[in-house]
Amino acid sequence: MQDRLKNIIRDFGVPRLIILCFLLLLFILAPFVGADLPTQFTNLFNRFSWNAVLVLAMVPMIHSGCGLNFGLPFGIIAGLLGGTISIELGFTGAMSFVMAIAFATPFAIIFGFLYGVLLNHIKGGEMMVATYVGFSAVSFMCMMWLLLPYHSPTMVWGYEGKGLRTTISLEGFYDKVLSRFLEIRIGNLVFPTGAILFFVLLSFLMWCFLKTKTGTAMTAVGSNPIFAKASGVNVDKIRTLSVIMSTWLAAIGILIYEQGFGFIQLYMAPFNMALPAVSAILIGGATVNKASIANVVIGTLLFQGIVTMTPTVMNSMIHMDMSEVIRIIVSNGMILYALTRKNDDRRGA
Amino acid sequence: MKFNLKKFLADNSVPIMFIIICIICIPLSGFSTSYLLNEIVTRIVRNAFLILSLLIPIMAGMGLNFGMTLGAMAGEIALIFTSDWQIWGIPGVVLAMILSIPISILLGTLCGNLLNKSRGREMITSYIISFFINGIYQLVVLYMMGPIIPIIHQSIKLPRGYGIRNTVSLLNLRQSIDNLISINILGVKVPVVSFLIIIALCLFIVWFTKTKLGQDMRAVGQNMEVARAAGINVERTRVLSIIMSTVLAGFGMILYLQNMGNIATYSSHSQIGMFCIAALLVGGATVDKASIGNVFLGVILFHLMFIVAPKAGTVITGDSMIGEYFRVFISYGVITLALVMYEAKKHKKKKMAEGDDNEKQ
Amino acid sequence: MDNYVIEMKNIKKSYYGTTVLHDISLKLKSGEIVGLVGENGAGKSTLMNILFGDEVISSTGGYEGEILIDGKLATIKSSFDALNLGIGMVHQEFSLIPGFTTTENILFNREPTRGSLVSNVFGERLNTLDRKRMNDIATEAIDKVGVKIDKDMLVSSMPVGHKQFTEIAREISKDNLKVLILDEPTAVLTEKEATTMLSSIKSLASRGIAIIFISHRLNEILDICNRVVVIRDGFVVKDSDIKEITVEEITKQMIGREVGDRKKSSRNVSNKNVIMSIKNLYVDMAGENVKNLSLDIYDGEILGIGGLAGQGKLGIPNGIMGLYDAEGEVIYKNEKIDITSPMNTLSKDIAFVSEDRRGVGLLLDESLEWNISFLTMQVKNKFLKKLLKFISFRNKDEIKSVTDHYIDALNIKCTSSKQKARELSGGNQQKVCLAKAFAMQPKFLFVSEPTRGIDVGAKALVLDALKVYNEQHNTTIVMISSEIEELRQICDRIAIVSDGKIAGICDATESVEKFGALMIGAKV
Repeated sequence: MQDRLKNIIRDFGVPRLIILCFLLLLFILAPFVGADLPTQFTNLFNRFSWNAVLVLAMVPMIHSGCGLNFGLPFGIIAGLLGGTISIELGFTGAMSFVMAIAFATPFAIIFGFLYGVLLNHIKGGEMMVATYVGFSAVSFMCMMWLLLPYHSPTMVWGYEGKGLRTTISLEGFYDKVLSRFLEIRIGNLVFPTGAILFFVLLSFLMWCFLKTKTGTAMTAVGSNPIFAKASGVNVDKIRTLSVIMSTWLAAIGILIYEQGFGFIQLYMAPFNMALPAVSAILIGGATVNKASIANVVIGTLLFQGIVTMTPTVMNSMIHMDMSEVIRIIVSNGMILYALTRKNDDRRGA
Repeated sequence: MKFNLKKFLADNSVPIMFIIICIICIPLSGFSTSYLLNEIVTRIVRNAFLILSLLIPIMAGMGLNFGMTLGAMAGEIALIFTSDWQIWGIPGVVLAMILSIPISILLGTLCGNLLNKSRGREMITSYIISFFINGIYQLVVLYMMGPIIPIIHQSIKLPRGYGIRNTVSLLNLRQSIDNLISINILGVKVPVVSFLIIIALCLFIVWFTKTKLGQDMRAVGQNMEVARAAGINVERTRVLSIIMSTVLAGFGMILYLQNMGNIATYSSHSQIGMFCIAALLVGGATVDKASIGNVFLGVILFHLMFIVAPKAGTVITGDSMIGEYFRVFISYGVITLALVMYEAKKHKKKKMAEGDDNEKQ
Repeated sequence: MDNYVIEMKNIKKSYYGTTVLHDISLKLKSGEIVGLVGENGAGKSTLMNILFGDEVISSTGGYEGEILIDGKLATIKSSFDALNLGIGMVHQEFSLIPGFTTTENILFNREPTRGSLVSNVFGERLNTLDRKRMNDIATEAIDKVGVKIDKDMLVSSMPVGHKQFTEIAREISKDNLKVLILDEPTAVLTEKEATTMLSSIKSLASRGIAIIFISHRLNEILDICNRVVVIRDGFVVKDSDIKEITVEEITKQMIGREVGDRKKSSRNVSNKNVIMSIKNLYVDMAGENVKNLSLDIYDGEILGIGGLAGQGKLGIPNGIMGLYDAEGEVIYKNEKIDITSPMNTLSKDIAFVSEDRRGVGLLLDESLEWNISFLTMQVKNKFLKKLLKFISFRNKDEIKSVTDHYIDALNIKCTSSKQKARELSGGNQQKVCLAKAFAMQPKFLFVSEPTRGIDVGAKALVLDALKVYNEQHNTTIVMISSEIEELRQICDRIAIVSDGKIAGICDATESVEKFGALMIGAKV
């Protein structure tokens, strides 16, 4: 019996357990320190709806054995391009969101393809290269945001008439288009139905994909690429496909994030978006080479739970806002744990 | 002869590219030669020691030590203490160095052992470690200094009574080593002692490669299995290389900060790793091979680019930010390029090694 | 006269219940060269691992029997023990640091050093290397080996031969060296280098070092050894003075095991319809290169391909299946196959069971269902059910039923079809690999080393399954194996590969000696 308990704990992972207990503790403490639980849940649901798709973007690449997608900013840039082009061309309201996705898609496919081809040349070192490819792309785009011929007055610097602003308000465009759709309000509790439904839809599509012949091949490529090759699978093609999917999901993910958040953040903002997504899926139970939709849901809930709950609870308890520090330690600690786990060594990635 | 030239160009493509960038940008920027020379000397004094600390892990086959940030944090903590105790000038610098050693060793040991557990993906791990430890650093400096770790002086504490201010002034310590003996050569101020320290470190590294431990590190870096079979304690050797790098990075950070004259408590260290690594790579180093020459060439070219790019960018595009972003892009770009080239080479080798495995059976 | 340098008495070793060495005794006098021969799997490497204190031995429970060095009982638990006892070994794979010079490699981790103030404080590892003494010792060792190699050359820029000599020089430079084990030292050398190597081995022996020389090249053994010891199935089957033995006799002893002549095949495979014709095949598979090989395979037969290790027999299926770079013409049912990608070959209903079970053959971390169905799903679009016009999902029920069918048919021991492949024993994993190939219902099947590393009972089952499958489905099977006896049991014809080419094809009923001669024939 004790062994079984030990096994369960080991499978679950000690850090994950600590995070779960910590979060439970926060929820238990919340009412005592005067935090309003419905508001807390509203926050949690909101942040979940903003971030879940970005976390989902990790799944295809983990499945195909490309490791954790530290190159997430690459896809985010495609999404930013889509969003800004849609506004530039004068689309408003819900239409601007649809068009943003439409414009982001070709960029995501092209970026994803190039990125995938690159990763095929550096098998085994994907994660480090991905990180820096992401950084390079972000800093390159910093120049582009200034130089590209954007003119829409809502987006460019007022006094110069050119160069995009660092933060662009989405009011009148796709601000909360999904969140407000079928929104449920019960007292202080607000449930962003539309955004959650959109995530459910994408997850369902992903779940379906993984059940198809190609999806099966993707999992096999991640599990043992040589086996897959010997079974007639074109390993490089499948890997590239997975990278394109991840990149596209990242592009869509950032658009959903923006519609919830209400702003487009340009320049260095995409820089720090990869690590939270990576650690969220790891907290959800994924490893460097195995991930499921459940990992995405659980991970995003836990991670965002900590992000939303710590400031309120900690502030009222010890009058110190340690949430940022705790977030840094938790998220990076989780990634570190995943990277140093012995049983993942066989992939050696 | 022609073939050799081609090979030379291919092997040194990164430094050559930077020389070209600098040649284009220097006239555009309109800076005077003496200004540039002065700046370059300052940058060498500031950064060379830090960059040199990266050499040992590369020798031991552990790649670019993104975890050098750990040493930088150790240096900062040491300096925070000495400023709190109001020990200034050269004694302050020396005391800070001494204080940084145990912290560096502790962090280095932790980092080295974690890297041993993540063999084959050391770089991404050391990169994440630097973030993780940064979290711990903030916890210590922002929350524990004051209530738990005694901080006497109010001037470095945040107004709320605990935690360290965003900037800690090192005015009384500023350039105390640089100004100890400084001579003026053709209008360029040369801080002799600082250079002597850097030269001493170079000599130390040269000497170190000649020791048994240095030899073992080289061996471990090239083939861990063979080294293990010959009876070398591979794990310990790797940890030692990281500890040495961390301690040196700590010293380097203290020298860097005494030149700057203040500590940006929460940001000084965060970019330092990236800039040092980029500079080293610009100097022609690769992930598995770097020399002292690479350090100096790199620090000169990289910082020259860093100084002239914003001005040149403004002249070309009329926008002052373009140059700023350009130099950031170049920093990341050069690291990306080096990583891609290294991993592609490794991937090719691995493919061949897969074939060799069959031979053994 | 009984002063042997080394004596191994009644050595016994088993791995996980499988006995590899039953009773091995071996003695060497100083200055004696003993040739150690045996087929792959006969126990040579295990014996040498014991002698050299390899970790594999101690981690699997050690060995039984006694080893005496200079008449004194010695315990060898690690390679350090072996080194201290004066046993040196040159492995088949080089164990050299590529970026080090000859000298540095010869003295690797035994460098003479000079102390300094720093090292007094921080420990010996900070002693500086004494380059001059290093050079002296290296030069002396190289001289002893009797070859000219540059002591300052980097290993990475050396020809293979020099690497081999560097390894030997490294062993020689150890002062207490008494016994030197050379594992196939000439395998990678050119003829000229090999000649030099052999003469330097002789000169080493004349300096009083006892040498154990392992080689597949029997004429080399006859050339330089004083005695030859033949090992088969974990027993010493022959220990003879070199003057009293011939190549033929050694070969016979190596593959020996007269189990009576194979009974004539009951089937008539004289139809001789060529189903696959291989012409001028080259395969670039390191260590198993195929060089200009041509072979015709008849419809419905079981063709065995045998040969010594490293001769290229494994390269044939791996090349044709598109797993390694290959060139040449493969004509299957009068159609040329493009062998650049696995799918091209697989789509012709040609399946392959790889010799590398865990690396290529299985998804270790997936269920048996996945392992058995995946190949067929990808190649033949089976086990899928259509949901909409263009989307189809994995068909769970079909996958489960096919898996259960093979679990039954091949008697795979597992808890359920959901069990992970990693958790099965070697023999059962092999059956899963067969099931994976069978599920595709191939018309043609390559099976590579199907019994490697599995126990006797499982061996028989696997062979039986292949034979039954061949008979029931009229599937042509090409089986590649190092064990000639196994090939003789189920094959109709056996082709022997030597130096990347077919050395000869015989009826499986031919005598063992004939095959043995073919195996070494090309090399004499």
